[in-house]
Amino acid sequence: MAEKKSLAKEFTKGIIIENPVLRLVLGTCPTLAVTTSVESALGMGAAAAIVLVCSNIVISALRKVIPQKVRIPAFIVVIAGFVSIVQMLVKAFLPQIDEQLGVYLPLIVVNCIILGRAEAFASKNPVLASAVDGLGMGVGFTASLLAMGTIRELLGAGTFFGAQIIPASISPMVIFILPPGGFFVFGMLIALSNRISEKKGKPKAELKGCEGCPMAATCSMKGDENKCEGGEKA
Amino acid sequence: MEMQKQRKFTVSASPHVRSGETTTGIMLDVIIALMPALIASVIIFGAKTLAVTAVTVVTCVLSEYISRKVMKRSNTIGDLSAIVTGMLLAFNLPVDIPLWMAAIGAVVSIVVVKQFFGGIGQNFVNPALVGRIVLMSSFPTAMSTWAQPYAWKGVAAVTSASPLAEISTMFNGGNVSAAAFEANQALPSLGEMFIGQRQGCLGEVCAVALLLGGVYLIARRVISPLIPVLYVGTVAVFMFIAGGGSFTFMMYEILGGGLLLGAIFMATDYTTSPINTKGKIIYAIGCGLITCVIRLFGSLPEGVSFSIILMNILVPHIEKLTTPKPFGYVKEKKGEKKA
Repeated sequence: MAEKKSLAKEFTKGIIIENPVLRLVLGTCPTLAVTTSVESALGMGAAAAIVLVCSNIVISALRKVIPQKVRIPAFIVVIAGFVSIVQMLVKAFLPQIDEQLGVYLPLIVVNCIILGRAEAFASKNPVLASAVDGLGMGVGFTASLLAMGTIRELLGAGTFFGAQIIPASISPMVIFILPPGGFFVFGMLIALSNRISEKKGKPKAELKGCEGCPMAATCSMKGDENKCEGGEKA
Repeated sequence: MEMQKQRKFTVSASPHVRSGETTTGIMLDVIIALMPALIASVIIFGAKTLAVTAVTVVTCVLSEYISRKVMKRSNTIGDLSAIVTGMLLAFNLPVDIPLWMAAIGAVVSIVVVKQFFGGIGQNFVNPALVGRIVLMSSFPTAMSTWAQPYAWKGVAAVTSASPLAEISTMFNGGNVSAAAFEANQALPSLGEMFIGQRQGCLGEVCAVALLLGGVYLIARRVISPLIPVLYVGTVAVFMFIAGGGSFTFMMYEILGGGLLLGAIFMATDYTTSPINTKGKIIYAIGCGLITCVIRLFGSLPEGVSFSIILMNILVPHIEKLTTPKPFGYVKEKKGEKKA
């Protein structure tokens, strides 16, 4: 019973409390780049989520085999393998999405969220928990992208999934599908999620310790927070 | 209560001597200084000017009131700063802009730029200018559709590009001599430019009214002449050199676009300009240089709003560079141990 409860916790933490985009501020580049439309946001979110779950499972299964010193290259190889599979599938069956995502699809290989989860979670936890963690993070990532994509497409183009929602006679605010609008919506959503978590009594999104630090995967000072150079000290 | 009234001396923290100057008073002076330009604009572009101004002012005040209420902060609409922002935003819009767009600009100015950062005195860039830039990137067509002067009276005029775009074309063509300007029928004469008989945003066209407002502000000591004079001066020198010594080209660049409006009313905003003289000099020259670079080499004909915003962002760094040394302060020599 207790195990079930904790599994549910592993899943939901990725959606709100530790939302990779809005709370951990990881994967910012694809977040800003592909959210100009709901369709590409959904495509990106789903592709990243699939890779995340698969790589979490495999890395967790291999966690006792992979030597500590070469773990990062090993993780990358696993992730890159899954990204290649996803990319080929998308190219074959959803060529339109492939065109929209462009270079950002292969770039999932170096997505901080995936490497971050592999390093912070999958390499230390059993397979089932890692799979659930990957699924939760993937859903959280997709949900954030969808929220951004919806706001940006609706206000910036007046459409939702390509269907006209705001009458064409009202000219849309083009700035929302331009980069400044992306940063603006991103900031607003971070503020909103901070506000929601604050009301729940959770601390603000801060870099505390090495867990969740974007540098954690490659940091040589890991574990010694007094020597920490990246991010804020705990 | 009775006891307190009888007391001869009150004990309070410093400062003990206060000038009569208040935020409300300063803002009122700015509003008065903006009046000549508003009146000129009504004469040139007709009563629609008033509609645009009213929409932006009312939206600014309302959004300030509502956002302060929602954030549970003390209400500050009494300091009139929202009215000034609204007027300045309206002055940066073309007269034929749909009113709902003007209202969106006002909401962005007040809610996003001013209140999200903590209200009056806390905004890091000029609210009205961000409102204008957001509108410009959102609705490029509506923001660059200029009405002809006196079109509301039914006066037929030659349809043309805005003066700045015309000058830019001439500059790229390589001929900016006085004769070339006279030959260009699409351009108003310098005299017409001075009194505002040209296309443009509704508050920027009438140079003489803006100068009048500027002189009032300087006479009332609301602003120091340093920033406007240096800003316009930098543009003048740069353009004089760029135009190969053409005085006419220089004058067109000064009177065209929003340079005077920006230099007098926007660049001098207390919150977003440096405090001491050295900082002001760096800031004003920076504004001038960026304006010239955008106008001559950028893809947009006008660069005043972007240059002021960019320098606004640099102000904290300028302040850091120009912080005055305390009296008697000796710089620590390298290699010397700290006492």
